[in-house]
Amino acid sequence: MTRPGMKTATLIVLIVLIAAAPLVFSGTYHYRVATLVFINAIAVTGLVVLIGYAGQVSLGHAGFFGIGAYACAIGATHFGVPPLACIAIGAVLSGAIAYAVGRPILRLKGYYLAVATLGFGILVAMALTNEAQWTGGPDGMIVPSINPRGWFALAGLKVKTAVAWYWLAGTVMIVGAWIALNLKDSTSGRALRALHDSEIAARVAGVDVTGAKLQAFVISAVYASVAGSLFALFNQFITPDAADFLHSIELVTMTVLGGAGMVLGGIVGAALLTILPQALTVFQDYESVALGVIMIAVMIFLGRGLVPSLANALRRRPA
Amino acid sequence: MAELLQFLFSGLTVGAVYALVALGFTVIYNASGVVNFAQGEFVMYGGMITVFTYDAGMPLWFAAASAVAITCLIGIVLNRLAIEPARGASVVSLIIITIGASIVLRGIAQIVFDKQIHRFPAFSGDTPLLVGGATVLPQSLWVLGGAAAIFAALYVFMTRTMTGKSILATANNRLAAQLVGVNVKVVMLLSFALSAAIGAIAGVLVTPITLTNAGIGVGIALKGFAAAVLGGMGNPAGALVGGLLLGLIEALTAGYLSSSYKDAAAFVVILLVLFFMPGGLFAARTVERV
Repeated sequence: MTRPGMKTATLIVLIVLIAAAPLVFSGTYHYRVATLVFINAIAVTGLVVLIGYAGQVSLGHAGFFGIGAYACAIGATHFGVPPLACIAIGAVLSGAIAYAVGRPILRLKGYYLAVATLGFGILVAMALTNEAQWTGGPDGMIVPSINPRGWFALAGLKVKTAVAWYWLAGTVMIVGAWIALNLKDSTSGRALRALHDSEIAARVAGVDVTGAKLQAFVISAVYASVAGSLFALFNQFITPDAADFLHSIELVTMTVLGGAGMVLGGIVGAALLTILPQALTVFQDYESVALGVIMIAVMIFLGRGLVPSLANALRRRPA
Repeated sequence: MAELLQFLFSGLTVGAVYALVALGFTVIYNASGVVNFAQGEFVMYGGMITVFTYDAGMPLWFAAASAVAITCLIGIVLNRLAIEPARGASVVSLIIITIGASIVLRGIAQIVFDKQIHRFPAFSGDTPLLVGGATVLPQSLWVLGGAAAIFAALYVFMTRTMTGKSILATANNRLAAQLVGVNVKVVMLLSFALSAAIGAIAGVLVTPITLTNAGIGVGIALKGFAAAVLGGMGNPAGALVGGLLLGLIEALTAGYLSSSYKDAAAFVVILLVLFFMPGGLFAARTVERV
């Protein structure tokens, strides 16, 4: 997995996909769905660092997604902060909160860690629901829009808003993937993967286990927060659902479905679980049943996730 | 005083349900090491099947009994199709598998039944009893009595019968149990049936008070899971204490602080307990293997 070409190959695949996808698009709807894929992929890339590299579960990451989203909504509406600055504020806030709660939470393991992160996410969602004077309560709130069209116009390009968002979110996703890929082979990344395999062995080898876990948690929180901010600005409307338990589960499922150990896997998982429900709506009532069956089947038959399992199968096939 | 008593009653009633759900988690966790997030769907099926069988003209006791029986079957099928094939998967994979199962079960309930809110009549009427100035629904007594009976029955079953002991043996050490002739597969099947039955009974008992619909499973599973972890995962006594405690905390927060933050109080307490007692109130007996 750590062959030197891997990183470049992943980035090239992603860039080619993003550049080529519009060739098959017919209309704004496709651009919007693809933008959602990129936004989810950003949050999922953070979870690849946490779950895939460091081996720690979080069932509360939608909480950070929600913090990022509401930072843009509240910052711009109540304090008049420019939306782009709000993304940064949300990221710093999420990182700080992750640092504060991460210390005690990350001492826990397995199901205990799961329930603690779950509790954290639920607290965030509940605060967003109940502090109606700030957040509009369960009905949600309108987010001031940013229009990336203007930037393209500056460069002399004429694009529709949906198309501009597509390139913007795609670019952020690439940058996110690039950072995560670089992290993997850095000293910290190797430390994380060491503690994934065996915490005790990592500790014996001199890894600061607590520090490394905390680092992964903070990084993944920042990813989720940026994704949340982008989602709020893109959607121009936000409800506490963005932070709730089901969204956390959705993010973790995307991560593991595609293959938590690989950045590309996470992105494929995000694409699959963003596009699939859109496609499944034709089956209406059977939508959730189908989705659940797919989740179970992939976990049972492709335990390491789609991308690593498929890559393995291809490699093993006699040439 | 009457007010406090009122909160205590409602807290204990809800807490008894959480305790039953936590007990369901415990039974499966002990036999298989899996936390079954579809546990809340067992409660939902218990209530929903009773509603629809009762509305079809069957007597209430028959409706309830068939609900428990059918839910048992659902538990067995769940084990056979989703849990058994995933033997040895990681914690994250198992979480996703059982959440996937819960999504499937909820979806099926929406198709087979509907998405409306339902109830069936309380077992012995809706006339509240007066106790020390507080009112108690007769159905609350059914819930409390039912929970107590299930805990007692399970205790006897686990410690006095050969089958119960083989479940305990499997929980303790799967391989050793196999070596002394315990059929681990049957134990797994049994614990899923048992856990589903416990969940369904909880659903039957509480539906006249809390009402039901196809979507209640997730919330119940989260509370039950939280209660189980609060008590110490895998410990039946912990499930009982954790569940009751959770119910009481919620009721007291709702009564004295803020009803919109009652769920928050529960999770804050759980976070605090976990920070200071990372193994829950009744820390698990199992030794971590290195």
